[in-house]
Amino acid sequence: MPKQLVMGNEAVALGAIMAGVNLVSGYPGTPSTEILETVARKNPGDIYVEWSVNEKVAMEVAAGASYAGGRVMVTMKQVGLNVASDPLMSLTYVGTNGGMVIAVADDPGPISSQTEQDTRHYGKFANLPVFDPSTPEEAYHMVQEGFRLSEEVKIPVILRLSTRICHACATLEYPENLQQARQKHIPSGFVKDPNWVIFPSLAYRKHLYLEEVQTKLAQAFDRSGFNSISGSGYSGVATGGNTYNMVVEAVEDLKLDIRILKIGTPYPFPEETAVKFVSPLDRILVIEELDGVIEEALLQTCSQFPYRPVILGKKSGHLPLAGEFTYEIVKNALSEFMKIDSIQASHKESGKQERMAQPKLPMRPPVLCAGCPHRAAFYAVKKALKGKEAVFTGDIGCYTLGNAKPLDMVDTCLCMGAGITIAQGLYRLQPEKKNIAFIGDSTFFHTGLPGIVNAVYNNADITVIVLDNSTTAMTGHQPHPGTGATMMQNTSGKVDIEGVLKACGLKVVDVADPLDLRASVEKVQHAVDYKGPSAVLFRSPCIALVKRHPVMEINQHDCTGCYRCIKEIGCPAISPANEKVLIDDTLCMGCGLCSQICACQAIKGKEQKGKGEVSNAV
Amino acid sequence: MQFDILITGVGGQGTVLASRLLAIAAIHCGWTARTAETIGMAQRGGSVTSHVRIGDKHKASIIPDGKANLLIGYEPAEAARSIQKLATDGKCLVNMHPIQSVLSALDRSYTDTGQIRDYISAYVPDALLIDARKLCGATNVKALNIILLGVATGAGYLPFTKEIMMEVIQNTIPKNYLEMNLEAFCRGFDIGSKNQQ
Repeated sequence: MPKQLVMGNEAVALGAIMAGVNLVSGYPGTPSTEILETVARKNPGDIYVEWSVNEKVAMEVAAGASYAGGRVMVTMKQVGLNVASDPLMSLTYVGTNGGMVIAVADDPGPISSQTEQDTRHYGKFANLPVFDPSTPEEAYHMVQEGFRLSEEVKIPVILRLSTRICHACATLEYPENLQQARQKHIPSGFVKDPNWVIFPSLAYRKHLYLEEVQTKLAQAFDRSGFNSISGSGYSGVATGGNTYNMVVEAVEDLKLDIRILKIGTPYPFPEETAVKFVSPLDRILVIEELDGVIEEALLQTCSQFPYRPVILGKKSGHLPLAGEFTYEIVKNALSEFMKIDSIQASHKESGKQERMAQPKLPMRPPVLCAGCPHRAAFYAVKKALKGKEAVFTGDIGCYTLGNAKPLDMVDTCLCMGAGITIAQGLYRLQPEKKNIAFIGDSTFFHTGLPGIVNAVYNNADITVIVLDNSTTAMTGHQPHPGTGATMMQNTSGKVDIEGVLKACGLKVVDVADPLDLRASVEKVQHAVDYKGPSAVLFRSPCIALVKRHPVMEINQHDCTGCYRCIKEIGCPAISPANEKVLIDDTLCMGCGLCSQICACQAIKGKEQKGKGEVSNAV
Repeated sequence: MQFDILITGVGGQGTVLASRLLAIAAIHCGWTARTAETIGMAQRGGSVTSHVRIGDKHKASIIPDGKANLLIGYEPAEAARSIQKLATDGKCLVNMHPIQSVLSALDRSYTDTGQIRDYISAYVPDALLIDARKLCGATNVKALNIILLGVATGAGYLPFTKEIMMEVIQNTIPKNYLEMNLEAFCRGFDIGSKNQQ
């Protein structure tokens, strides 16, 4: 088998293919997205793969396929599991038939998420076994073991990933011919049985089974190679997941005499293994990202001992409660724990000495791309609402970046679909203000629809701005119901957002091209002026999907250096240069928004494109 | 064998492809490689880093401070931001062409790279500072990431030969862009060779 460079998410996908998975569903979310994309790309032909409309739907589609005996995997990011938690909790009781792996990616930091929630808790909450890989290679093996275990105990298993596993690449050996090498799993078919219908009496019986199976699982995990004890000495460090790698490296660098407990299956906790680890120890340091799950489990395990070793970790203030761990955090905590002078210890390997203070470096937060149609839409709404008291409720997607200066057009952001509903709550308490909700096309289908129906039903005077760029952009351009493309290399009927809005009963649904500034401002004003729920649908594809227009050029003679273009729209392609302005022609997409706001008509397309000529109009 | 490479830059500059190519080259040479990359929201014009860790031992995917054998900076401020990652004998290659951030354009706070140049030079006296954008001309700015890999190879900063890197590029880059990238790599290699220390 050749060795190849494989991303963690790809390793999960390859593991699932090798395990004979029959169906994979999910909803895109960083850092989990590439799992499903890889299954679709490497599909030997007999796996059904879909981007579902949201995580709850994905979970239920997968559950149905598992009822029919299929091996199924469902993928999402950590907050996606909140959306899918309703079917998750009941499915645990009802149980599964074909093996079911729920791959959920946590995001310590957080780097691309609203929360730092720890999916290991969901295992405990739902009574489901959790695998927590420390490397992409281990993830490849865990997903295969996950299918086997799920079929043995007839409940789903959680594969808990995190950013540094998902988006790390490793060297993996796997068969070149997947179709030949993979397990052949033939679904047994759905068999009618009262056990598929959750009723209170059944739920009680199932609860008893679930409790019983927890003990069996913990015992099975005590025999699992994913948990291990290494090292020696009277002090110990307990860890798991990605943090394990940092612990191993720091222990080696500090040359510590210490026992290491690696937990690959944090729930149900492998208690016998933990007892074996703890027995010879006086002191234990627990190093784990996000919540103190292993720490709590060890405290519980040791509470049975007459003599209890000192257990330090997050709860004792020895490690940070929030944020991603770094090698430096881990090393310092270990140095302090082992009473080693960290500076002395690191002296030999210390880097170059700083010879002068670091100069002030430019802040570089992520921004909307040059030419992004969302920038134009935000700007049009801003212009249309000028002088009016308005609150702009945002949502999850690229357009969350509309909060950045100078646009400053996102006043709230909570979770998927909440922009439309938060606006309604605001309206109830401050009806004199304008409440404007932004939502992207993929998010619209995900959880935006109930909010639209609610606004119509309860007659909330809000304006919904749908930013339709024909893709799920932030996560890397996945198709959605509005695009008509699927993950099975075929097309389906497009779900038309304009038609849906009208069918829901909205009386005003205006459609505009955001790159036409003047018309867009008028459309927004019209919708906002309407008393009752209204919508403006901005249609313009993501720049990643279209060929760029002729780039914009600034006539240096006409440019007065007023910086209006820079101050108004914050396009990354426009920057100040020698008291004038310069457009970077490698970044410019030729959207023409700047040419429509230039006060001195100094910006034109290199080959004039017509509608970009309007200037100083708004 | 342990060789750690940090690549820093701005989202959109192609740092992910660069780190993948280096990791594939390492596997090609029989070593084990591990990478960690910035993927997601920060890719939209934010600060990005790619870590490549080559060697046989089990390591975390992120390079600890003071351990990088090579820093390839695709942008001067981004190189300066992560320079503490370099080991005592670490090498440093930086493309000195600055990229404005939207915030620095608003308050015009990033107009001069002189201080950053001094800072990097004070930290790494033998740092190789080039303007890769001038070097690649107007036509193929998209190949800037490959040019820099060429410079690093030519300067002898990488544990790979020119032939291995060319082979990896040939096997990895889609056909349509292959010729442009091979040419860019060779151009970078020549510049790097002239600066070999």
